[in-house]
Amino acid sequence: MMKTVLNCGYVPLVDCAPLIIAQELGFAAEEGIDLNLVQQPSWSALRDMLALGHLDAAQMLSPMPVAMSLGLGGLSAEIDALMVLSVNGTVFGLSTPLAQKLRAADHAPAFGQAAQLHKSLNAAGINHLRIGVPFHFSMHRLLLEYWLAESGPPDLSVDIVAVPPPRMSDAISRNEIDAFWVGEPWGSVAVSREVAELVLPGSAIWAFAPEKVLAARHQWIEDHPTRVRGLMRAVHQAARWLDTSTNKSLAVEILARSEHLNLAPDLIDPAISGQLSPKAEDLPTQIDRFLVFNKHAANFPWRSQAAWIAERIGAAADDIAKAKACFRTDLYRNNLGPVGVDLPGASEKIEGAMRHSTAVSSTRGHMILAPDAFFDGKTYENGTEK
Amino acid sequence: MLRNHMREDLSILVVEDNPEKASQITQALNAAGWSDVHALGQTARLDQAIKSRQPDIVLIDLANPDRDTLEHLSQVSDTKARAVAMFVDHTDPDLTQAALTAGVSAYVVDGLQMNRIRPVIETAIARFQIMKQMQSELDAAKRALEDRKTIDRAKGIVMRRRGLSEDEAYKLMRKTAMDQGRKVIDVAQALVTAADLLS
Repeated sequence: MMKTVLNCGYVPLVDCAPLIIAQELGFAAEEGIDLNLVQQPSWSALRDMLALGHLDAAQMLSPMPVAMSLGLGGLSAEIDALMVLSVNGTVFGLSTPLAQKLRAADHAPAFGQAAQLHKSLNAAGINHLRIGVPFHFSMHRLLLEYWLAESGPPDLSVDIVAVPPPRMSDAISRNEIDAFWVGEPWGSVAVSREVAELVLPGSAIWAFAPEKVLAARHQWIEDHPTRVRGLMRAVHQAARWLDTSTNKSLAVEILARSEHLNLAPDLIDPAISGQLSPKAEDLPTQIDRFLVFNKHAANFPWRSQAAWIAERIGAAADDIAKAKACFRTDLYRNNLGPVGVDLPGASEKIEGAMRHSTAVSSTRGHMILAPDAFFDGKTYENGTEK
Repeated sequence: MLRNHMREDLSILVVEDNPEKASQITQALNAAGWSDVHALGQTARLDQAIKSRQPDIVLIDLANPDRDTLEHLSQVSDTKARAVAMFVDHTDPDLTQAALTAGVSAYVVDGLQMNRIRPVIETAIARFQIMKQMQSELDAAKRALEDRKTIDRAKGIVMRRRGLSEDEAYKLMRKTAMDQGRKVIDVAQALVTAADLLS
């Protein structure tokens, strides 16, 4: 059978794994697709290439399709999220000198304690931080700003700068930034170079945050229903394979050997296994749901997630519905339902309402959603924060 | 035609890691008549360089990861938007055409042919100004539409509460605004806010 070549853009981070696995393990071929993975030097370049039709599909930071569809900054285009590619997987780290300063003031940061960290910074007299994030429209920035806004009085002023992830550890070692919010492997790289300490995983702010999505142009999706179906099925299979615990070590090997990532296995392993070392001398700590590819309906593009993103990037109230519409739950249902994927009864949920794993109604009846709480206990529903 | 609108004192920032290539570009720009050219190799200082130099245009390789830093700077409010021209190493006429059709303010140059650098930069700036103009017109239109909705709501509130006709309600709002030295939209906004609070 002749395979259809699909050009798919990505940025070399551990969480692009579903795309690599879909190609390398033949899940794409099974759907008649030859996935041509095209590495991009920056998120801006990836965005332009997708919008201009030089890429058929792409891995994107979850706020990007929403921002583009709403015409907020950069290049506007109708871009939809076909499915979520990964949930969580980012880290917040402090420069080693800053962490030492906190420790000297008897306010050593306790890993994963978001509310506590803010207090520690205040107590140690830190009132200004320069923080690196990978891109303006990123979950990294949204989580950082949510944490700052919800942590009480604004006694901590922050300069946010965009730094390409591979340069994050250089930037912190040269004292150009005091802290960073970055995706793996770049947090662990900074730790192994002893220039930073990790203090929060992204999940400490929002327990189940959509991190990357599989995106394509709205019109391309309309014009190529068969390709879209094949692509979604292949990527879903790859994501399921990645989240099977017995496959983890093999996954690290395949990703390390792949020409697409060019990272050593020991840099890929922490994110895939969820075992990260907050400090260079620490033994790895197991972080629950550090990076989720498929479990707990992770691939389902909840419209309420799109609404939350839209609100946080400053969309007008009228635009929330438009943002929801670009998270394509309809395609998820139509394309993945027939191959036995369990589908949730609803397409929106109250974000932040689940403090524990919760069974919800679904077509096959065994869907258990993971906690999705915000660190401050607030919930978000349909344009209103409570 | 474009040349007539172009200033010769244009301030240009070139972002390029490779010193050889950077000096090549700087020379080409000098030869094209621009003397205020600054090449930046240590790209981590991009934000400071932009804040201190306030360039009219930034020239950067399409494949440079620092494009994301540049994008972020154009999103934060205290930095004014500026034109960005990009160059690519390989000629790709399709991409150039697609970029122009899509109306990206950046102009994609094929292969950065040094003899074409002047028209390319002039086009990028002209294009950027057109886009900026269109954006501000669009913003103004959106604002006007929002204002009209607010004024209509406020009129409705006054009509119901005071038993006035639409025309009378508007006249009352306008008089109140004039008496207080405010704009009609501000009075309308106050009415709507008050009504929302009291409902």
